[in-house]
Amino acid sequence: MTTSGSPISAADVAKVARLARLDIDNAHIEHFTEQLGKVMAHFADIDALNLDGVTPMTQPYPLVNVMRDDVEMPTLDTDEVLAAAPAAEERRFRVPPIIGIEG
Amino acid sequence: MSSIPTTASEIAAAIAAKEITAREVIDAHLARINARESDIHAFNKVMADEARAHADAIDADIAAGRPVGPLAGVPIALKDNMCTRGVETTCSSKILEGWKPPYDATVVTKLREAGAIVVGKTNLDEFAMGSSTENSAFGPTRNPLDIERVPGGSSGGSAAAVAAGFAPVSLGSDTGGSIRQPAAMCGVVGVKPTYGRVSRYGLVAYASSLDQIGPFATTVADAALITEAIAGHDVHDSTSIPQDVPSFVEAAGQGVKGMRIGRVTDLPEGAEPEVTARLNAAFAALEAAGAEIVDVQLPSLSYALTAYYLIAPAEASSNLARFDGVRFGLRVNAPDTNAMYGATRAAGFGDEVQRRIMLGTYALSAGYYDAYYGKALKVRRLIADDFNRAYEKVDVILTPTSPVVAFKFGEKVDDPMSMYLCDIYTIPTNLAGHPGMSVPFGTGAHGLPVGIQVLAPALGEVPMFRVGGALEAAAGGAQ
Amino acid sequence: MSDSTLSSVVATEDQLLEGGWELVVGLEVHVELATKTKLFSGSPNRFGDEPNVNIDPVTLGLPGALPVLNKHAVELAMRIGAALNCTIQECIFHRKNYFYPDQPKAYQISQYDLPLNADGYLDLPSGTRIGIERAHMEEDTGKSTHVGGSTGRIHGSDYSLMDFNRAGVPLVEIVSRPDIRTSEHAKEYVAELRAILEVIGASDAKMEEGSMRVDANVSVHKLGTPFGTRCEIKNVNSIRALGRAIDYEARRQIDVIDSGGVIRQETRHWDDAEGRTHTLRTKEDADDYRYFPEPDLVTLSPSAEWIQSVRDNLPPLPAARRAMLKELTGYDTQSEAIIVAVERGQHEYVKAIADAGGDAVKALIYVTQAFAEAGANPAVPAKDIAALTILERDGKLSATQAKQVLADIVANGGGDAAAIAAAKGFEAMDTSAIEAMVDEAIAADPDAWAKYCAGEEKAAGAIVGKIMKASKGKADGKVVNAIMQARRG
Ligand SMILES: [Mg+2]
Ligand SMILES: [Zn+2]
Repeated sequence: MTTSGSPISAADVAKVARLARLDIDNAHIEHFTEQLGKVMAHFADIDALNLDGVTPMTQPYPLVNVMRDDVEMPTLDTDEVLAAAPAAEERRFRVPPIIGIEG
Repeated sequence: MSSIPTTASEIAAAIAAKEITAREVIDAHLARINARESDIHAFNKVMADEARAHADAIDADIAAGRPVGPLAGVPIALKDNMCTRGVETTCSSKILEGWKPPYDATVVTKLREAGAIVVGKTNLDEFAMGSSTENSAFGPTRNPLDIERVPGGSSGGSAAAVAAGFAPVSLGSDTGGSIRQPAAMCGVVGVKPTYGRVSRYGLVAYASSLDQIGPFATTVADAALITEAIAGHDVHDSTSIPQDVPSFVEAAGQGVKGMRIGRVTDLPEGAEPEVTARLNAAFAALEAAGAEIVDVQLPSLSYALTAYYLIAPAEASSNLARFDGVRFGLRVNAPDTNAMYGATRAAGFGDEVQRRIMLGTYALSAGYYDAYYGKALKVRRLIADDFNRAYEKVDVILTPTSPVVAFKFGEKVDDPMSMYLCDIYTIPTNLAGHPGMSVPFGTGAHGLPVGIQVLAPALGEVPMFRVGGALEAAAGGAQ
Repeated sequence: MSDSTLSSVVATEDQLLEGGWELVVGLEVHVELATKTKLFSGSPNRFGDEPNVNIDPVTLGLPGALPVLNKHAVELAMRIGAALNCTIQECIFHRKNYFYPDQPKAYQISQYDLPLNADGYLDLPSGTRIGIERAHMEEDTGKSTHVGGSTGRIHGSDYSLMDFNRAGVPLVEIVSRPDIRTSEHAKEYVAELRAILEVIGASDAKMEEGSMRVDANVSVHKLGTPFGTRCEIKNVNSIRALGRAIDYEARRQIDVIDSGGVIRQETRHWDDAEGRTHTLRTKEDADDYRYFPEPDLVTLSPSAEWIQSVRDNLPPLPAARRAMLKELTGYDTQSEAIIVAVERGQHEYVKAIADAGGDAVKALIYVTQAFAEAGANPAVPAKDIAALTILERDGKLSATQAKQVLADIVANGGGDAAAIAAAKGFEAMDTSAIEAMVDEAIAADPDAWAKYCAGEEKAAGAIVGKIMKASKGKADGKVVNAIMQARRG
């Protein structure tokens, strides 16, 4: 596993861009690689910390069991919502052919 | 028309007493906007017609003797990342340009019920990512105190709107300092309540475990008034705290006699000397007002920036995945859905947003989770523990809000690290989930305002407002 | 999820495939919970509505929307955990990040390393115990319709249309351990699981409507060697298809290995019409879902009291119901009649007939034969059926007559069996009358009688048929048989 001190490679950045669905051209990949590398290098400071036995903090305030009753609430107006969509047809949201996607 | 009061509480009182009309108040503020907005660019959208209509309706209610809310007729500006039904909500991003939400954020509903009048949607760093409001897709906001300089960010538009007198109060959102830092740079009061004190429902998420809505105001009492109005449990937000809201307005006037104020002896360095001088003056003023100054240590604070810039982008990378060109917002056409995603998101998001999405995606990706995100969550715990230990000894902690006063455009925008360092004093509180506020306390370099930050433990808004009120009184007395 | 270390089940000799191959199957079953509203919002959870009507900001993943957990969905998920003998535990939700147009937020709220239900088991009616690794909560996706192209399938379509009515519907994903060794066991597992889900009211569990969806992880290996590489089979829409798909896939994998090839880990699509699986996608570009704790939700920590009350209020499960009928009738739990009665939930009705003094075996037979459409609680008073069983048992009515009376009672929602029989002119014939009829029938068809006497049992049918016709169904078949046996000597 890479530690947070090591720089990010252009290949890493390209892979991340693919995962994040951002079409970034090669020139930008280099630019991002340099900038992210600097940022990640700065973040190497936490490598020095001994974090054994520390419980990760995922919530700032410790609430538990927040639930709602199984009761219907108002729904949105289909026409209003579809009017805001980039493309719609037959009361549905239209998208280009789905190819080359995991699923 | 009698003269228009400057604070929200005075405006509400004068309207309720029929000394002025809501319409007069709105017209006066719209006139100010007309006069200076082209220089400042505080707003993405000024809602002049809606505001006038709302004011007329309130005036009609008052004339007819119907009950009106406690903020009836008070103009308020909203950061443009809070959903307003039927009114564009853009997050200053091309990807959401023109999007009209089909629902209102809970804070918007609460403000409307209280009678406040929304005058417009204010500019921000795209998706609240930034510290200068230079990252807006629709152009930067200028600091009303010096239009060569940034207003801070990301809620720069909301800070500038209050500083310029476009509205007596406004709402911003604070993920790593985005209310407090621009408040400091624009010379106004800014409050980030306890995480969970104010509903996030309808706030377009940047980093869900850090985001919190809060007010800007010209006085601590007004900030307390608006915090009270928007605080409280919301069934639409699972992280909203089911706790009663005490009177913050009262707290703001109670003084600090007998309070213990923490001075952090191991505060990360980097503040301008004038800023440090104002902090020392603040301690002196509070001591003079009857508080005791107590030294505390926060040894993990220096790691806060790292933890923040792993956690916030990680959450953001997931939160911003829904901007995919399918259901709303921008779509760039392409032959297949996957290509459409990539083209839409590359065209719709600005550089800083893309940078943080990439950073966050990387921090969460296979093989790196433990090294980055997992570690950051542990550091977050250490920081919260540090604070909680300190709050066993003190009621509040005082630090500078920003290490620097408002800087010039372009100074930091191409150097992400130096921009990130602007939030070094504000970020730790977001990580802990605690409240914090910035109170103007004199001036620093170039005669620009300096903000002092008051930090308090979770749900510690009462002691926070007490100290904020005392600082305001001392600052006023000193000038 | 299959992992060789997670199964200690070894196939018996007769379960091995030809050539000494052992089949290893683990099943992932998604079931939609029978709630009124969605998992994280108040939109209706309803099948078959117009597109995009059951939508709200949360369902559509609109900017600013936040999830709030449906308590009843948790309750139903806990019931599933309890019925599958799981540990029900404190848990959290995670985000599973991936882009797909039917996934509104581009992440699915699911559970990851801390599921609500863990480590249980399901006993197949035939006796094998199948381990349950986990049964976790998650939200469903929307539905895509692929338009254009020739097939209406995703490949070759011109564009797709998205309906988000199903998005956010509560699901429980039940992941078995790879303990299944035959396709029969896989089918039995799904049938039993479906019966359990229906009985506890967690889901209507309809594979045809998609409220129960089964994915099968299939691999083959030789005994004593490590597990083979598995393929995940999707799009299995019936229990029968599941058996066919597993058998096909096992054969395919064995053929690949036998001809020197290697199995790649991949997801395959079952085509029921063609009777084969196709590659859907390979897993070479490993899924990177970037799971992390969902910050918009808080910890779910069901109290000990809540868990106990769920366990206490669980109705008797199918296995217990079958055992009860076995006790009552002496039939095997695997018998068709018991399985059918339990599947229909009519076990209590059978018991009620017996409790009303009826003959339990006849009650079970009547119920399975005449109450297919009656649901779990037939409207006919149990005592009416009880009376009829006694008339038949005591020889007052022949089986054929009893059947006619039963039809009458069912059609009228009840009735006095004796009175109906009398009105129809039914009375049991005395033996001497039947004997005369037997002799007549033998005389009318001496060929059949000769064959019957030569040991051809089937030949009896022609003679019995004649007797029944002559007696208008009044002759008791058992009596007829006995007389014929005696005549044959
Ligand atoms: Mg699965
Ligand atoms: Zn699943």
